[in-house]
Amino acid sequence: MYFEKIADIVRHHLALDESIKITPESSLKEMKIDSLDVVEIIMKIEDAFEIEIPDEKLKEFQNLGDIANYIKSVKES
Amino acid sequence: MLKRVAVTGLGCVTPFGIGRCAFFESLVAGKSAVSLISSFDTSDFKTKIAAEIKNFDASLYLPKNETRKMDRFTQFAAVAAKDALLDSKIDLEKLDKSRFGVVLGVGFGGISTILEQHKILLERGPRRVSPFGVPMCIPNMAAGNLSILFGARGVCETVSTACASASHAIATAARLIQRGNADIIICGGSEAPINPLVLAAFSSMQALSKRNDEPEKASRPFDKNRDGFVLGEGSGIVILESFEHALSRNARIYAEIAGAGSSADAYHITSPDPDAKGAESAMRAALLDAGTDASGVDLVVAHGTGTLANDPIETKAIKAVFGEKAYKTPVVSIKSMLGHTLGAAAALEAVSAVSSIVYSIIPPTINQEMQDSECDLDYVPNVARKADLKYVMTDSFGFGGQNSVLIFKSVNS
Repeated sequence: MYFEKIADIVRHHLALDESIKITPESSLKEMKIDSLDVVEIIMKIEDAFEIEIPDEKLKEFQNLGDIANYIKSVKES
Repeated sequence: MLKRVAVTGLGCVTPFGIGRCAFFESLVAGKSAVSLISSFDTSDFKTKIAAEIKNFDASLYLPKNETRKMDRFTQFAAVAAKDALLDSKIDLEKLDKSRFGVVLGVGFGGISTILEQHKILLERGPRRVSPFGVPMCIPNMAAGNLSILFGARGVCETVSTACASASHAIATAARLIQRGNADIIICGGSEAPINPLVLAAFSSMQALSKRNDEPEKASRPFDKNRDGFVLGEGSGIVILESFEHALSRNARIYAEIAGAGSSADAYHITSPDPDAKGAESAMRAALLDAGTDASGVDLVVAHGTGTLANDPIETKAIKAVFGEKAYKTPVVSIKSMLGHTLGAAAALEAVSAVSSIVYSIIPPTINQEMQDSECDLDYVPNVARKADLKYVMTDSFGFGGQNSVLIFKSVNS
């Protein structure tokens, strides 16, 4: 459920067509999400999940699954 | 040996639509683009009118994922540049991209982005300010984005001289081509200044028309009952190309840039020099550069803002340079229809000047009802006029007393 919500945010943010599939393995690089996009997407994710993600975590995220796992770990700990 | 500079493409985004034809057709028809401001609540403002581009959606013409990272002024420039490149029929695939450049004029830049992000800062705190805040608001980003969109890897510069920005940008681009520094340059200007802050600031200067009950009659350059300028927005783009490059690809050459002149009033931050010396010397410099004199000029596309200060002083400068011929030379202000688009104004005036040469027709200065004794030239009142044109001069004067004059020449003569 964390992943689906993140995928929705990313799809909306990047204005991606429904035909483009987003999976937990979708890498930020492949999706052409640059470092500025990452920051803006993270802001939206923070708002959606009411959490705060430390800046140091940003460079650890390689794909959307990484972000989902991190949020899961915070929300369920 | 300096190269000749051809105009081979024209593009624009204005309240009249996208493209040079919709633009010039509306000007020739004498249409006003001015109406009540719809993009924000003007209840507390003395001026409630502007020439807005309504329902503009850049994502119809460019990828949405790119346009969302652009301020409105960059979106205008990007769509106008795409339009101008299509008009020029340049095959981007075949181009030496290192000799393909961009030079744009911008007065303000992304003020709307600054306002939006400042609101977020105050309401939601610094952690919610967008990382795109900086790349969206800085004024060089229209040129930067154009180079990225079209792969132009040559010169890429931004000129900011307030209301003369686009004229200085076109002059800069022309010189770079003359000297052989580039083959093709996308040049012109863009501005999106219709927001509460800019409206309030110009209002405080007493610079804007308050004729809110008759928006279409508010912009009346040179008319005795003018009461200030009307804010406008948009982008004009001119594709400049060396003659040899244009001829090698059998391009359609609309006109030639024959000369450019630049000067400063060195007088006051906003008021023009009452002796009009700055405006006069820019005109003389442009004529000298073009290798002609005032007797060769068939049309002046005026700065003509409709402020109390500008119009008589511009008239005085034209009289000083043209002598008796001033009374026989048509002088037109398209700001009477489009309002004042600030950093984009000179580019739209260039598109109009070149279109006048191509179609042999001069659009009118509308809202001419009562002559001002200090503005007594032929302003082509209210109705367009047919005329064969060889040399056309365009005037632009910016705050800071920064003046730029361009001279376009017909290639049929």
